[in-house]
Formats: sequence, C-alpha cells, structure tokens
Amino acid sequence: MKFDHYKTDGFYDEMFTADGKPREGASVLVDALEGFSDEEMRRRQQAADVAFLNQGITFTVYGDKEGRERIFPFDIVPRIVPASDWAVLERGLQQRIRALDRFVDDVYHDAHIIKDGVIPEAVVRTSKGFRDQCIGLDPPKGIWCHISGIDFVRDGDGRYYVLEDNLRTPSGVSYVLENREVMKKVLPEIMGRMSIKPVTQYPIQLLETLQHLSGKSDPTVVLLTPGIYNSAYFEHSYLAQKMGIELVEGSDLIVDGGEVKMRTTRGLRRVDVIYRRIDDDFLDPAAFRGDSLLGVRGLMDVYRAGNVALANAPGTGVADDKVVYPYVPSMIEHYLQEKPILPNVPTFVCWDDKQREHVLGNLDKLVVKAANESGGYGMLIGPSASKEEREAFAAKIRDNPRNYIAQPTLALSRVPTRIGNGFEGRHVDLRPYVLNGRSIHVLPGGLTRVALRKGSLVVNSSQGGGSKDTWVLADNGGQ
Amino acid sequence: MLSRVANAVYWMNRYIERAENVARFVDVNLNLTLDLPEGHADQWEPLVITAGDSLVFKKRFGPATKENVIHFLTFDSVNPNSILSCLRQARENGRSVREIISSEMWQQVNRSYLYLQDAIASGTAIQSPHEFFARVKMDCHLFTGIMDATMSHGEAWHFGRMGRLLERADKTSRLLDVKYFMLLPRPTDVGSAVDDLHWQAVLKSASALEMYRKDRRRRITPWDVADFLILDRQFPRSIRYCVTKAEESLQVIGGKPGRAFHNKAEKRLGRLRSELDYIDLKDVFQKGFHEFLDGIQTEINYVGDGIHDTFFAAITVDETAPVSGGPQ
Repeated sequence: MKFDHYKTDGFYDEMFTADGKPREGASVLVDALEGFSDEEMRRRQQAADVAFLNQGITFTVYGDKEGRERIFPFDIVPRIVPASDWAVLERGLQQRIRALDRFVDDVYHDAHIIKDGVIPEAVVRTSKGFRDQCIGLDPPKGIWCHISGIDFVRDGDGRYYVLEDNLRTPSGVSYVLENREVMKKVLPEIMGRMSIKPVTQYPIQLLETLQHLSGKSDPTVVLLTPGIYNSAYFEHSYLAQKMGIELVEGSDLIVDGGEVKMRTTRGLRRVDVIYRRIDDDFLDPAAFRGDSLLGVRGLMDVYRAGNVALANAPGTGVADDKVVYPYVPSMIEHYLQEKPILPNVPTFVCWDDKQREHVLGNLDKLVVKAANESGGYGMLIGPSASKEEREAFAAKIRDNPRNYIAQPTLALSRVPTRIGNGFEGRHVDLRPYVLNGRSIHVLPGGLTRVALRKGSLVVNSSQGGGSKDTWVLADNGGQ
Repeated sequence: MLSRVANAVYWMNRYIERAENVARFVDVNLNLTLDLPEGHADQWEPLVITAGDSLVFKKRFGPATKENVIHFLTFDSVNPNSILSCLRQARENGRSVREIISSEMWQQVNRSYLYLQDAIASGTAIQSPHEFFARVKMDCHLFTGIMDATMSHGEAWHFGRMGRLLERADKTSRLLDVKYFMLLPRPTDVGSAVDDLHWQAVLKSASALEMYRKDRRRRITPWDVADFLILDRQFPRSIRYCVTKAEESLQVIGGKPGRAFHNKAEKRLGRLRSELDYIDLKDVFQKGFHEFLDGIQTEINYVGDGIHDTFFAAITVDETAPVSGGPQ
C-alpha cells in the first residue's frame, strides 16, 4: 500500500514532515508498509481484529437483538515516538507527578500552597474530588498518587501539551499491553527491524509499586473491581491475571477485627494492599455514599488505622479537577523550585469573572469542558457547535461557573491510518502511564487514541474513537 | 482461593459438561431416527423428560416435535439448560475468573460461544446439524483438554474437575433413564432389533459403544449396558468412575486425604461413592431401574448442596454473599 496520495493537509503529522519525507525513525516503517499489497494489509488488519475478538476484548452493541459483540477498533499503523521526544516526556511526567503528589498531601494537611497564595482556597474546597474524610490522613509511605494516566496532545507547532491529569482510576493500560501483543503477531518483521522499547514489564512494576505500600515482605495484594458489568472489567481481570493476584469484588471482602479480610474456601484471609478500581464514593458505605453496594463497610477505618493500603489513595481527585489543572505549573515551581518541563494547554477558568466574560464572548472558538466529567461528556466543541448549542451551554456556564473551563481548539497532530484501501491522516492523543512507588516509572509508550471519523477531534471510544500501538524508539539510530 | 471464584470455576465446568451432553443426546437421537424402521416414529419427548424440563416445555411448546425439542434444547435462550444458555453462562463465569483460569481456557470458551452465535444467526446449525453438534462436542472436549494441560492442578482445578464429574455422573444417569421413557410399540419388541437400536443409541450418547464392545464382546443387553454405564471402574463416563474421581478432588480440596470425613460435602459424596462400591446390578433392578437412577440424581444434588454450603456460601453470618451458579 503506497503513501503516494497521502496528504498532511497542513496538520502536524507524526510520520511525515510537511514536504512528505518520513520523520526521524519512521523510514523503516514507511518502507515496509509500502511493500505490502492492499490484500496483505487487509489480511494483517483482519488477523489483528480476530485476535481481539478471540480474546474477548469486546463490547456489546446496544440494540443488536442477537447480543453480538464488536471489538474496539484498532488500527495497525503504529504511532512512533522518537527517543529524544520521549526523554523529555518522561522527565516532564516524573516532575509533574512529584508535584501533584505533594499537592494532595499538602491540601489535606497544612495547605501551605493556599496560605502562600498560589491557589485559591475556594478552588480546592469546592472541588468534587476533595474529601473531608482525608483531612489529616497519612497514607502509607506518604504516597497518594500511585498510578496515573496523563493525557497529552501535540499541537500544530509540534509541541506536546498536557491536556489533563487522571489520578483517580485511570484506565486503558491493558490496551497498551494487548495492542503490543497483537502487533507482535501482525507486523513481526517490521518490529524486528526497529528498536522499540518493550512494555511487558508494566504488570510487575505495578505489583512492586503496590507491594511497596506494605511493611510486610510478602503482602497480600488484591485488585478491587466493581464487577463484571463495569466497562473496564476486562482491564481489571487482565491486570490481576498478569500480576498473579486475586481479583475481588466488594462482597468478597469484609472488615473483621480491625483488618480487611477476604472470604476464601478455607475461611477469612487478611488483605494488606488494595488496588481499587472503584471511585471514592463507592469505596465504603460507612464513610462515603451509604447506598453503595460495591464497596466494603468500614474500609476507611481500617485504612486510617494503617492496617490496609489503598491505591490510589482516596481524595486524589482534588488534584485532577479541571479547574485545579491550570495551577499545576505553579505547583511545580512552588514545591520543587523547578521550571515545568511540559506546558499546559492555555486554559480559562469560568469562576473568574474576567475569564468567564472572555469565554462567553468567544464560545465559537473554544472547547468548553465540565470540571469532573470524562469520556467526552459535558463538553462543547465551539467551532463545530450550532448557535443553539452554544447558547444552551452559555446558560450552563452562567448557572455554575465553577464547573467549567475553556481551552482554544488545538490542531491535534495526525497519524496515517488505514481507511479503505489507502492511508488518511487522523487526529490522535496520547496517554502515558506513571507508577509512583519506591521511584517513579513511566511506561514507555501509552495509549494512542485515534479519532477515526474524518476531521473529528474526539478520540473517546464511546464517540467513535479507536486505538493504535505506540512505539517509543530506544534510540533514533541515525535514520 | 476466593469462595466466589471457586463457585464460578465449578459452575463453568458444569455448564460446559452440560452443553456437551445435551449436544450428544440430540445428535444421537437425530441419528437414531434415521435407523429406525418405519412405524417406529421418532421420539423426542423422552429427551425433554430426562432433562427434567418437561413441564416448562409443554407449557411453552405443546407437543414434542423434532423441531420444537431441538430448538428448546439447543438454541432457546429462555431455557437455562439449552446449549446456548449453558455456553453463555460458562462464558460469563469464565469472564468473572479470567485472572484465575489460563488465557487459553478463556479463549476456548469465548471462541465456542462466538461460533455458536454465528451458527445460529447464519442458519448453518439447522442446515448441517451433524457438523454443528460435532463442533459443539469437540469444543467442549477441547476446553477440558486445555484446562488439564494449561492450568495448575491446584485447588481451582479440582473445583472445576469436581463440577465436571458431578455433572457427568448426573447426565449419565439421565441418559440411561431416556431408555425408560422410550416406548416400544409392543411388549414383544423387548429384545427385538428396535430395542437393540435403542440400547445402542444409549451407549452412543455416552460415546461408550466402542469401549462397551471391547469390554463385553457379546450382544447388547440392558443388564450389560446398565452395568457398564453405572458401575464400570475404568470408563470415564460411568457413574461410579465420575463419583470416585470427584471424591478424590474433594479430598484434595479438603486437604485431608483418607477415609475421614470433615464436612457435609465429604460425608455426602463419601456415602454415594461407597453405595456404588457395594451395589450390584441385581440390587439396581430390585429397586427398580428408574427408581434407582432417580435416587442417584437426588444424591448428586444433595452432594452439590453440600459443596455449596461448605465452600461457596458466605462464611460470616451478618451478610450473605450473592450466589451465582444455576439450576439443576
């Protein structure tokens, strides 16, 4: 399949420069893909699709009365990240997580950052992720944010910008690992000729990060899932399997004698560390939402007494509120006395009168987001919205200014994607994963989500997005 | 291991075994109708009766025609014991314990289910039933083989094997019972060619015809068939074999091998095994063939309840854990 007719259309393209030459590190891939016939490419794409189907990495299509299932779209053309780019991202991520972790600890203790006037108290206290139950709490080893997924986009200038921080229960890492396994079957000869950083070490690093939280030499670590009907259930069971730990539901656990225990065929057994994939609100009906059946009654008491570790710690949501996000560069300077390595996207916060007026006057140019929504919900993409939609959104902003931020629409970078019997550019973002334990590890790569609809900037799987493998090159090899 | 997980592995295996047996029953009956001389109309009702679902069936479908019964036992998504429902439940159980079973096991049950759905949607299941039932049986065999070859033979595996063997013992007893409900046109037909065909079909349904021939090397008689399928020590689908091996697994799980019984499950299974050790065919027929088989099914249910109470039910009294699994 040839790239003869491929156009970058003035966007930053991850594979080609504006004059159509392969970028640093991409020529091996470009040559190899050009060597495949249309039929060969189709066969390889099909092999990838079958692999996902057999693995059961599927979702049910609503309205299909046979209850048939579909895979999440996967495009076999990978996104390449050169070694030099990655080095900057990696250092920037480590710096950012260090600062965010300090911030969470600070706001639940002395709140120096508020007293020093770096961030307004109102912003912190009105965050939906702020948990009074966590005030004065000292989590094991002093770490709050153990597992994070930070979203990046690349703008037309070729720079990476942090789009948002996900510190609660970021998902998607199983797709990173599974995409790579499938690619090894589908494009082995190409991968063999390139020097790509492996991702297979992630589960063991995750396990070590979790084990580190316990004082014991061989702690019992479990993964807590809401259950089989949760949309991320595949990931929960996948990670538990790869780590060799128990996957538990709330009903498997019980608080007994000041400890958390699980019900086994031989009686109750103590649990030391819980990687919870349940939101704060559902963790413990005694401490948070009383109507929740997913969690474990009394869990927070055991946690406070230091008899069980939770990852991520409850209360971390205060740091990934979208209204707190604009302050992260200042946090880095405040806590670390360093210049931020990675820039934020310029952001207007609507609770500020002046900024709100600017946003309301420029809704046709901005993307507006609710502070605590994800999955592409609660969003207005100004330039593509109708006048009525913009007016309706303006009313929402005036009603609850605290809940909204706005950002300029970015010209997200694109990656060639197999469309029909050719390649077309499609917009992508990138979510690398960071583990914070004895030290801070960044998984080399991350989830590249791709907006498969022509011209679309929305990469969420619920909104027609797919994914690609992300190849971080070990060296740029003078190509 | 977690009680919930043990329960799911146990039921996953029961459902797969159940699906395989239903496929055998239907396939053999299809085959049998081709062998029967005219005037011995094909009989489908016994299949429904022995599955224990006859009341439900009559209410929904009325008379037991070939089409009705095949639909009910194979594709009916309302019937919890149809092949489709069994494989769906096996897959859901598998999904809930993916981290415990090997990925090869999960992929096998997933592939089987996807095949089944495709075969139903495309109509190939109806168009070439033999190919279809052969594939279902082979898929279930594959699962069992993959489980034995890829999963550590630890506690979870023993729960799975125990589920499979108890289900198999139950199904062998029901299979023998089919013959009880199969009508012979005249009393003089006992011992006739038609009767002979029926008994052959019973053996075939248990994949037992060849092994039976090697063992007996003489004309098929009801006594021999019953003896082979109830009491044989080596044939893997005989009731005694299944019960003996299930007891072995239960003792490994309990961690205390030998002839001491530590819980309800061990007591009940031990009693059933020893009954089968001491009984002979004369006793069986004295009790009444159907009555004996019915009794076996009740005992197996009783063992199943004991396993549930001992290992799966909530351990503490203040809360009750939800119980997955399914009807008998």
